[in-house]
This record gives sequence, C-alpha cells and structure tokens, in this order.
Amino acid sequence: MASLTYTALKTIWIKECTRFLRIWVQTLVPPAITMTLYFVIFGNIIGTRIDASGGMNGIPYMEFIVPGLIMMSVITNSYSNVASSFFSAKFQRNIEEMLVAPVSSAVIIAGYVGGSLARALIVACIVTVVSFIFVDNIQIYHAGILVLTVVLTSTLFSLGGLINAVHAKTFDDISIVPTFVLTPLTYLGGVFFSISMLPEIWQNIAQINPVLYMVNAFRYGFLGVTDVNIGLALGLLIGFNLILFALAYTLLQRGAGIRS
Amino acid sequence: MQALSIRGLKKTYKGGHEALKGIDLDVAEGDFFALLGPNGAGKSTTIGIISSLVNKSAGKVSVFGHDLDTELVALKRQIGLVPQEFNFNQFETVQQIVVNQAGYYGVPRQLAKQRSEKYLKQLSLWEKRNAPARMLSGGMKRRLMIARALVHEPRLLILDEPTAGVDIELRRSMWDFLTEINKQGITIILTTHYLEEAESLCRNIAIIDQGSIIENTSIKKLLATLNMETFVLDVEYPAGVTSATLEGFTWRAIDDHSIEVDVEKSQGLNPVFEQLTAQSIQVLSMRNKANRLEELFVNLVEKGRKPQGAA
Repeated sequence: MASLTYTALKTIWIKECTRFLRIWVQTLVPPAITMTLYFVIFGNIIGTRIDASGGMNGIPYMEFIVPGLIMMSVITNSYSNVASSFFSAKFQRNIEEMLVAPVSSAVIIAGYVGGSLARALIVACIVTVVSFIFVDNIQIYHAGILVLTVVLTSTLFSLGGLINAVHAKTFDDISIVPTFVLTPLTYLGGVFFSISMLPEIWQNIAQINPVLYMVNAFRYGFLGVTDVNIGLALGLLIGFNLILFALAYTLLQRGAGIRS
Repeated sequence: MQALSIRGLKKTYKGGHEALKGIDLDVAEGDFFALLGPNGAGKSTTIGIISSLVNKSAGKVSVFGHDLDTELVALKRQIGLVPQEFNFNQFETVQQIVVNQAGYYGVPRQLAKQRSEKYLKQLSLWEKRNAPARMLSGGMKRRLMIARALVHEPRLLILDEPTAGVDIELRRSMWDFLTEINKQGITIILTTHYLEEAESLCRNIAIIDQGSIIENTSIKKLLATLNMETFVLDVEYPAGVTSATLEGFTWRAIDDHSIEVDVEKSQGLNPVFEQLTAQSIQVLSMRNKANRLEELFVNLVEKGRKPQGAA
C-alpha cells in the first residue's frame, strides 16, 4: 500500500512538473517580466523618492518590496497552476485516469499541490535572481521562517486553486478568484507598503487580510522586520492549510464536480 | 470465481432519472461478455459504477470477490477500463499517458516503461510513442486507450463501445487482439452497438433496456431462439421469364435480379433451391438480409417495452 501511494504520488508530481515545464514560456517567463517591471517602476523610479525621505521603516524601498514581490509571485503561480491543471483534467476528462485507479483523494491533492509547490519555488528563485539586478545586498535574517512561510503559503493557495477548479464549470470560473480576490488581497497585503503608514482604522481592517501575515512573515525571514506577530502568522497559515485540505479532501471524496 | 457480480444495482441521477432499476448480473472468470442495449439503456452507467466513475444509489458490486464498498483499492486493481469517449490529456505524449496510468496503479516507473513498450508495440503504436495524443487518428486513439487500460495488467477488461467510428480493417485487427488477450485469461466485458461484434467475439450476452436486464444468456442459446431468417438471392432468369414462383415461402422480388425469401428454421434452404432450379432460375449468390442478432435484439427490446396485457 505504501509503495502504491508513493508511486502514484510521484507519478502525479512528475506529470504536473512536466506540464508546467512543457509550457515554460507561459508559466516561468511571465513572473520574471512582471517582477522586473515592478522593480523598475516601484523600486527604481518611486523608490528613490521614498528612500530620500528615510525609506520604508528605515529600510531601502527596493529591499523592502523584494520579499513582497516574491510572495506575490508564489501566491499567483500556486493558485493558477493547480486551478488550470485540475480544471483542464476535468474538462478533458483525463481526471478519470486517476479516479478509476486506486489513488486516494489525499494522494491526488498531494500530487497536485506538490507540482504547484515546485513551480512556486522555481518562480520564487527566478524573482530572487531578478531582484539581484536591482538590489545590491539581499540578506537572509531567518532561513527557517523564510522556507516555512513560502511552503505553507504555496500549499495554501494551491489548495485554494484546487477547490476553485473542483467547483468551476468553465475556464472563466477559474479566473474570477485571481481577479477579484487574490489581486486585491495581495496589493492590500503590505507588498508595497508597511501598514504602519495607514490610518489606524485601516490598519485594523488590514489585519483581517490573511495575505498580510504571509507577506510579513516572509519579509521577516529576509529583513527581520514585520508588521505582525510571526507566531500568529505561522499559526494562521497552518490553520488555514488544515481547513482547506479538509475541504478539498471532502470534495474529492464526495466526487463533487467529477463523479455523477 | 465470478469476475463480476452485481446484485440489485440501482442508480437515480440528480433530477430523478432512474438509469438502473435494480439489475443483477454475473460474468464468469475468463468470459468474453457482451452488454447490449439501445442508447440510454444504462450500459455506460453500469460500467461507470463498476469502475467507480459513477456513484451508485443502491446495490452491491464485486469484482473477483472484492466488494466495491469495502475493498475499493483491491477492486480497482482488477479492472482496466476503455471508456467510450477519449479521456486522455491531448497534450501528453502517447508513452507518457500509458506510463502515467501504470504509475497510478503503483507500477514502478521502469517497469511501467517496459510494459508501455510491450503494449504499444502490440497495438502498433510504438512508432508514435513520442507524438502528442492529439496528433493521433481516431483509430490510434482507441488503441491508445486499450494500451492504457492494459498497462497495469488487469484481470477484467471493460470496453465501452471500443470500435465506434473505427474502420473495418482496424476493427477486425482489434477483434483479433481482444480475442488473443481473452485466450490469455483476461475476462472481457464489451458494450457495443455493432451486434456483429458481439456475435463474433462474445460467448455470453446480457441485453439491457430502460435500466433493466431483459435477457441474460449465451449467444448460442439466444441465436437458437431465432425461428426465421431472411435471405437475399441474386438470380438470373432464363429467356422470357421475368419472375419466380416459390410455394410455401413468403418472398418478394426486390428488382429484376434479386428476390428476398423468409425461411423458417424447420424449412431449410433446399426447397428454395429445388423450386428455383425446376424453373431454370440460376442462383448467382446469396446473403443474410439482416444480422441475425440484430433481429433478435430488436424483438427483445420491443417485447420488453410492450405494456403489460398487450397482445
């Protein structure tokens, strides 16, 4: 049984990695271009003016936005990877290849999330390499928190993408969440600014944005500065992951959207 | 041991459509079994439930003694499914599709590659192993689904209309292949619209209509119940004769060269030839008008649908 689980998991993971590597121009190149534009526009042009007035909480603006931009790429790519791959499998009905086989729902979830995590980590590395062009000195304050945060965040949004794909009936359905939910939450999640700059009421409202905790935990791993409690951020990440995994597992066990 | 045992299987879809009304079915190990029925009869639903793609509403299903409800992993390992519609990733290569499928059943990657080579060669697809599936012809795609279904070496192969849309030559080669693997011990269940296919390949047959099994017997026994066959004779009349006479038979002239004769099993064909010879009419060739099984099938379905009490 353990051998079956391991082989099936490895197969789904390899299949998923092969998929996003086959279409690397669509999956790996766009984050590099988008993030380069962010660095040029926000970092170079606007950042120099911010730095002239003391930087962001005393940190050069370019360094401040690097962790947020990496996290933004991780969130977007994790979500869209599983959402499009799982929905395509549903649409082309090749999800049936797994459903007729003795593959458990947990293995299907783990395989898709694992593939998505691989893409997210590659994209994170690409964005980090791009940031070297603009930032002279990137330090790592706490590697453990850095890795833990990126893995938990990628897993969380991969699970979100999977749940979206299970419910989706058309390709439009999988683009609604990134447009109307992910992008606003990410932009308002402290990628480009510290929430301490906001009026108090908006600071309180910002606290309910889960992306704020992810960006800040990740930024803490890089720079050692944060707007939120790190323990709380990691606790929330673990909690949300467990909730979404349970939801995805229940949906697949019930066969929602994939079994008659 | 029974390869497949179904008891009281029911399926009601959301919206209230009752696709299966409590069917019982047994398929013996090593059998080549045909499941026939008109469109919407419940064939694909039955297959969907056996292969876990459709959730049943009630009843029991077991495959080689493994129960669908309690031993799902063991049950799934016994089955290879060739579905009616193409359901592979069109962007993956032929070999990737087969190797991945083996992986889902726990076959280690190296062994999966060896097996994929074996089955792709047997099904004449090895040359296409690196081609994306979308580049294959319809017949090749069907063969790819057979290779994919066999790669984990199941004991029960289920084919849902495997030769639909396949040309005659390819259909014949698929029949040969299926006959061969059945001889090697794989139990085969086949649904088809081509009744000739069932007659040529299968030993036993179940006919399903409107969610109920209306006949379940051997092909031989079923054909033995056929009382009448219609033959088409191509004939050549002597000079000055434009018509034939056949006493004791119901017959019709189709055109100037052909007649159609209904022959009961008890009558035989000799009297037909004797009467035509006596009139100096030469029989150039002869064929069955319709597939025998097709006639039976239509009769059974019509009989099953007649309201109770109707004559």
